[in-house]
Parts: sequence; structure tokens; C-alpha cells
Amino acid sequence: MHAFFDTRRRPALVWIGLALVAAALIALPWALAGIGTAWVRITNLAVLYCFLALGLNIVVGFAGLLDLGYIAFYGVGAYVYALLASPQFGIHLPFWVILPLGALLACIFGMLLGAPTLKLRGDYLAIVTLGFGEIVRIFLNNLSTPFNLTNGPQGISLIDPFRLDGLSFAGTQHVLGHALSSPIKYYYFLVAVLLVVIVVNVRLQNSRIGRAWEAIREDEVAARAMGINTRNMKLLAYAMGASFGGIAGGMFSAMQGFISPESFVLVESIMVLSMVVLGGMGNVFGVVIGALLLSYIPEVLRYTVGPAQQAVFGRTLIDPEVFRMLLFGLALVLMMLFRPAGILPSAVRKRELEQDSADGQ
Amino acid sequence: MDTLIQQLVNGVTLGSVYAIVALGYTMVYGIVQLINFAHGDVVMIGAMVAYSIIAALVGAHVPLSPLAIVVVATVCSIPVCMVVGYGLERAAYRPLRNAPRLAPLITAIGLSIVLENVALIIWGRSPLPYPQIIDTITYRLTSHPDGATITNVQIAIIGLSIVMMAGLLLLVYRTKIGVAMRATAQNAQVAGLMGIDVNRVISITFVIGSGLAAVAGVMDGTYYGVAHYQMGFILGLKAFTAAVLGGIGNLGGAMLGGLLLGIIEALGAGYVGELTNLCHLSGWSHALALRCVDDPHLALFGSNYQDVFAFVVLILVLVFRPSGLLGERVSDRA
Repeated sequence: MHAFFDTRRRPALVWIGLALVAAALIALPWALAGIGTAWVRITNLAVLYCFLALGLNIVVGFAGLLDLGYIAFYGVGAYVYALLASPQFGIHLPFWVILPLGALLACIFGMLLGAPTLKLRGDYLAIVTLGFGEIVRIFLNNLSTPFNLTNGPQGISLIDPFRLDGLSFAGTQHVLGHALSSPIKYYYFLVAVLLVVIVVNVRLQNSRIGRAWEAIREDEVAARAMGINTRNMKLLAYAMGASFGGIAGGMFSAMQGFISPESFVLVESIMVLSMVVLGGMGNVFGVVIGALLLSYIPEVLRYTVGPAQQAVFGRTLIDPEVFRMLLFGLALVLMMLFRPAGILPSAVRKRELEQDSADGQ
Repeated sequence: MDTLIQQLVNGVTLGSVYAIVALGYTMVYGIVQLINFAHGDVVMIGAMVAYSIIAALVGAHVPLSPLAIVVVATVCSIPVCMVVGYGLERAAYRPLRNAPRLAPLITAIGLSIVLENVALIIWGRSPLPYPQIIDTITYRLTSHPDGATITNVQIAIIGLSIVMMAGLLLLVYRTKIGVAMRATAQNAQVAGLMGIDVNRVISITFVIGSGLAAVAGVMDGTYYGVAHYQMGFILGLKAFTAAVLGGIGNLGGAMLGGLLLGIIEALGAGYVGELTNLCHLSGWSHALALRCVDDPHLALFGSNYQDVFAFVVLILVLVFRPSGLLGERVSDRA
């Protein structure tokens, strides 16, 4: 992948390629809007999942720390945005103030989770992070008494959309004869942020920090012997991963206008983890592909499974939602059995997996 | 005092169920160092199958006593769970036995999702009311008229789990297959060299654990009166906590951990409201005092935080004593 982006060796090809990709990204929402605005919304959610998957990839893929409670940070970010930009407390701060605040708070939560679990590895770490995610969800659900902070299971509604200089992201504007609907505006914003996030991730991977994480993932004791401050590096991985989740949560809040603890359940954490695993842990582009696949396939299924059953059996035997989850669980199992390194395996991960299976335990 | 005794009784009952499920986790972990995430869902399958059988027998007006119906249902759900457990091990875990640790863990999560959704397809989304065919008899434990009580269902759950634990201990420490299991847990390779069929031992371990899970499922369903396709997840997580608390891989530890966790939860749920009652602080704030006039039980945390206790216990144990109360293993292996 990096050879592909080597602008020194193949400048023209790369620039043409990038221009094509950019044109496709700009044209995409209009093409999708032709099929139905729902698909633009689905694309936006898919981009949000890309953020989440990339954030989790820092923790799981780069640093090798299995985190099953990642959605908690998403929830923290979402609730920070919702509380500071909704009638809940009558506070209406602009989004460019809240998003960093959400990222900061998620980051603090990330370190709160990271600090006690520094010594744990593998399975135990997975369980503790899972417990942490559940604790956050239970609190979100119950912090309506005695003081109403989160409004409990009813969630928070009427959340402000993004507003930039009088331009609200909520309504439809007409620009040069084209109707610029709300999802399309969010789409451009999200894609712009996503590109930045991808660049940050790629650069991060090969930085001093990224290499330190890789060393920790491969062998923590050896990494420490080489002079890496493993404690700080692990905390940094949690903090960075969490802050990505926090930002994504804020954007989710603004986009949906309504959030409730229902959106931050364990299945979501597992979904994001599967995106990382499916795409290829540690490979930024693989993770993006994984996130897009796992966001789109269920939606396509939703539109095809129901009608297909109607046509074949004359009635809906299996609810599409159930079918989706069933396939999803099976996909996780089959993926691990037949292609454990993911669709686009990272080079190091691939080598490691091959070695591991050759060595036995 | 009566509240304390009552919560202890509830805690021991709950803890017995946790202990039985925890045994399944700890046996599997002891032998293959795998957290069988789907174990909680095997419990759920057990509860669901038993539910169907009880409902069918009651619906058909079979001339059996209520107790016999429950026993028949339990006896039928045990082999179903055993087959499920064996299938999981054979199809999904065995091929990954030498893979890096992350792979079987993710597979286990996938299997858990599959089992839940299969159950959802078969038994539907809404919670199923367990037929209350056994008449609950309440025994008073103290002389106080509304004092602590224990029901016959609670006694049955506690008694049955003691019997099952004793049976398991006999199996592991007094039979040939038990010796094989312990040998495999210590060193599978060497056990293989000594002529033990390691694959068979691992399969048997899964089967025994799943059989216990089936009984635990029936207990849980009878005790709470409902079965639900997602009941296995939180139960499994708590049982895992119990196993870690006692020292994972250690049978006695799983039993102790289960009981302790049940008691901690019951006491926590019983007392957290009183402990965090904000009305004790009424003197500090006038607004608070006013609210306490309306609601003298204004608590910061109520019993709806019950599920949090297990996780807090889990995190505390893993941070301060990762090997658990009775375990000897070092956490670095995990």
C-alpha cells in the first residue's frame, strides 16, 4: 500500500488515481440520492463506523490490546454532545467546541480503563473491557435519578445539528439549482474528516509511537528491554483510540438528533471489533474496507432477504434483522477458521499468524 | 437483621447457579485456556428446551406430578446442551486449538451470537414465562412475622447444586477420566504421550460443562420465572467473574467464587440504596432536604445497579489478585 502512495516513484499515476477517487467521493452522494436518500444516511453511518474501526484498530491492531468495550467511548462522545447541545439542560454550544470536549472526555475514560488493566493481557483484558463497556451503559441507563443527567432509557432528543456560520446541517438548501439535503452535507463533512483520520492513522503507524506499539504487541518484555515506556505507550493507545471514538460519537449525536443507551450496547462493540478483524488487524485500509463491508452488507440484506423469502416461501420466515445477526456470527466464526488475518492482512500480522500456527502454542 | 438473612439466602441461591455455570467455564479454561464465551448461551438453550418440554407436558395434561415434569424437562435438556457443547468444540474450537489466542476468542463471540439468534428464531423475541407448576412453599427462618424466608425452590436449587458439585469433584478426583482431565490440564502434550486421547478428554470436558449448564438453565428459569434468548449473556459473564474470583482453572475456586459473587450481589442490591441515601446529607442542602420530604429513599445508586457489582468485583480481582482466591496460575499466561 505504501509503495502505491510513493509519489516520488510514480507521481503522475498516483495523482490521476487520487483525482479519480476524489471525483468519485464527491459524486457518490448524488448517485446514492438517486436510489434513495436512505442510502446517503447509510453511507454516513458507514463512515462513522470507519472512524470507530480505525480508532479501535489503534488499540487492537497496532498495540495488540483486545478491547470489547470500545463502544463506551462512542457513547461518552455522543452523550457529551447531546448534553451540551440540546434542550436537556438548555445548553447550546457550537459543535467545534463540543467535539474536542467529547474527544477529551472519551480520552480520560480511555485512560481510566487503561490504567487498571495495564498488567492484563489477552482474554482477561477482553473481559474487563467488556465489563467496563457494560458499566458505562448501565450508568447511562440509570443516571436519570436522583438527578436527571442522561434521561435514562428514553434517551435525549432534539439534539442540535451542526451549525457553521449560520448554515445549519439539518435543513435542505438550494445551491446552484441542486437541493443540498441534510445527509449530503453531513456526508461531505464526514468524508473530509475521514480522509484526515486515515492520513493520521497511516502516518501514526510508521511513526516512533506506532513502532513502539508494534513492539509491545509482538513482545512486551522485549519492548521494555529496548527502552520503550510500555506503560505510557499502552495508555496512549487507549487514549487515542478512545478519543477517535469520542469524536465519532459526537458526530453520531448531531446526525441522528436523538440518542439513547440502546445505541451503545455490547453487540455494537463486537460489530466494530469484527470490522477490524474482518478487514485485517493493523492494516488501515483493510480496516476501512472491513467497516464499509459490514455496514453495507446488512443493509443490502435488509432490502433483499425479506422480499426473497416472500417470493420463495410466500411469507417471512426469518426476520431480516435476525438473519443479519446470524450471518454476522457465522461470518466471525468462518473468518477465524479460514482467513484469520482478515481480507487485507497487515504484513506483520500475517507473518505472525503463520509463525504461530507453525510453532503450535 | 432480617434483611441481612434474607439477602444471604437470596445470595446463596443465586450463587449456587453462578457456581454451576462457573464450573463449565473453569473446566474448559483449565484444559484448553479458552474463555468459552458461548457457555452462557448453552445455559440459555438448556432453559429454553426445558421450557418447551414443561409447556408441552403441561399443555398435554400428562398425568405426572409437577416435580416429575420439571425433572423430565431437565433430564431431556441435558443431552441437548451436551450435543450443542460438543458441536461447538468440534466445529469451531478444535480447528483453532493452535491458533493465536485472539482467534478462538473471536470465534467464541461469533458462536454466542449464532446461538442467541438461533434461539431467537425458534423461541421468539419476547421473554417466555416459565410455567409455575411447582407450588412455592415459604418457610420462615426467624420468629419475626415478616422476617426472612426461604422457599422450597431455593432449597432445591441449593441442594441440587451441592449434589452436582460433589458429583463433579468425585468424577475429577476419583475416576480414570478425571485423572485424564487433570493430566491434560497440566500438560496436554505429555498427557498425549502417556496414552491419553487428548481430543476425547477435551470433548468430554465440554460435554460435562454443557450438561451442568443445562441444569443451571432450568434452575435460573424456575427461580426467576422467565427465560429469554439473551439471558445467557449476563449470566455467563457473571459466572465467568465467579470463576476468575475463585481462581480460574480451579474447581473449588469456581464454587467458592460463585457463592461469594451471589452473596456480594445480593447484599449490594439490598444495601446500596441505603448506603448511598442522599437524605443523610439533608442538613447540607436545603433543596435536598425538600426532595427528601417527598421521597425519603432518594438514593444515588439503587438496586438497578445490581449488575455493576459483578463487573466491579471482576475488575478489582483482576487488578489486585489476578490469580483469584484459590488459583495458583499467573495471569501472564492469559
